[in-house]
Amino acid sequence: MDWLTDPLSLELFRRALIEAVVMGATCGAIGAYVVLRRLAFIGDALSHAVFPGVVLAYVAGWPIFAGAMIAGTITSLAIAVVSRGQRIREDTAIGIFFAGAFALGIVLISTQTGYQRDLSAFLVGDLLAVGWDDIAVSALTGASVIGVLVALRKELLLVSFDRTFAQALGYPVFALELLLLLLLTATIVVSLSAVGIILVLAMLVTPAATARLLVDRFTPMMILGGALGALYGVIGWYVSYHLGWSPGGSIVLTATLFFLVVFVFSPTHGLLAHRLRRHPQHDVRPAIDQPPGHRHAGSEDAVVASLERRHPPGR
Amino acid sequence: MTTAAPPTLELRDLYAGYDAGWALSDVNLEFPPGKLVAVIGPNGSGKSTLLRAILGLVPHRRGMVTLSARPIDRQRIAYVPQREVVDWSFPISAEQVVLMGRYPRIGPVLPAAPADRAAVAAALERVGMHGLAHRQIGALSGGQQQRVFLARALVQEADILLLDEPMTGVDLATEETIGTLMRELRDAGATVVYATHDLETAADISDLLCFVNGRIVAFGPPAETFTPHTLHETFGGELMIVDAGDHAHVHGGGHHGHVDVPKR
Repeated sequence: MDWLTDPLSLELFRRALIEAVVMGATCGAIGAYVVLRRLAFIGDALSHAVFPGVVLAYVAGWPIFAGAMIAGTITSLAIAVVSRGQRIREDTAIGIFFAGAFALGIVLISTQTGYQRDLSAFLVGDLLAVGWDDIAVSALTGASVIGVLVALRKELLLVSFDRTFAQALGYPVFALELLLLLLLTATIVVSLSAVGIILVLAMLVTPAATARLLVDRFTPMMILGGALGALYGVIGWYVSYHLGWSPGGSIVLTATLFFLVVFVFSPTHGLLAHRLRRHPQHDVRPAIDQPPGHRHAGSEDAVVASLERRHPPGR
Repeated sequence: MTTAAPPTLELRDLYAGYDAGWALSDVNLEFPPGKLVAVIGPNGSGKSTLLRAILGLVPHRRGMVTLSARPIDRQRIAYVPQREVVDWSFPISAEQVVLMGRYPRIGPVLPAAPADRAAVAAALERVGMHGLAHRQIGALSGGQQQRVFLARALVQEADILLLDEPMTGVDLATEETIGTLMRELRDAGATVVYATHDLETAADISDLLCFVNGRIVAFGPPAETFTPHTLHETFGGELMIVDAGDHAHVHGGGHHGHVDVPKR
């Protein structure tokens, strides 16, 4: 059992584990909305949009959380407002703002010297640098996000399932959708230290998509997503500790592996289950959303690579 | 229905549209309580827009919509959107969808009360879906999905029901259920307004017909409005009117069936 208890002997590692669990649970829970409302692209955009806020806060010496939250909120608002009109489609609006914001972050970096090492931690996460104050912020934010998701579960579910009907009932649809984006932003911000800007999308999508393959109801999907996210945090963190791999990378790879296993073996929606009962009367099950691939890995890889060329990441 | 007197829905100088130009212009209508009204017109004529404009769901709207001379109270209007507007692979059950009609009564934070659950069960029973309450909605047939939407409107216990093409793409049994239900609601004092493609059924079961084509072409009882002239004004070249003795056969282009129109 040493392999289980050894890593817990140091406070440094205990903190990292707690942060990973908080991140995983929050991402996994809100992930139900990301998957069902097809917000993966928006989630990706928001994670990049917080980047200039992070850089600015860092340069100005503000709390990183505040800078990221402000940048994310502005972007959420911009996306929501621009895509409200019908001339610019939502994905176009998102593309414009997220690439623009990310570019701003890159330009801001390029004007600084000596920050590359820390900033690369924001791109891919740096669990071991997490302090108790970070954990307090993450836990409080995570609990708030989940609290709002629970308190407004009916309203958010209604707007997600049938926007037109929600409007007809007189619900403030725009405000609720914006709220969801803000919750998403907060989730992304607390995830930065664990998995970073680039990998957070995986945590927003993969646990929830895995849960969707296992259950057919919304609330169970959300609970299972949160539980799986937390579990991936624990497993990934242990893997990272014992094999010396990047913690963020290990957590996300754990999530990916679990998804693939469930995708094949799920008793209800799995590939094998479908093969085994290929009778026409059973083919009424609707298709499940597949998590989208990472569409623009090239540009980020280039940034990370250039950062790492200058400052090879140590552990 | 509520204890208050059944309200009259009134549209005054209503214009409604989505982007450039009005999809619907100069609408002046009065829907008296206790009437079943069919809104008839070709695709893109503004049938849906009319229903959506009443609820304020179109981006641009001018004019007035009142309920007994007061601004509309959305709680008193139940809306059944077209089936295509939602993602049926969503992981919820028929019962959960129907419960959504009660959300405004339940309010935020709180769970559904036993009375709400009972209303949901009763509505599902009424549309012949009681055995399928726990079925995931994607596993239901088109007709069953439409019944779920209908049950969701029922639990609102509204005075006015607006249904957007409830009979399009459903099986015959569902069509009959919907027709019966709409008449029952009408008999109970509700105003029921539904958009439809089916001229024949509309003329058969409705108290009033509302012909729409970017404007209101005609509004009144079938005996007065269901004329070759109105049909031509509404459908233009889409309809072929064939003289067949004492009745004119009308063949709807793209619409199913043909109808007999009394010649006058």
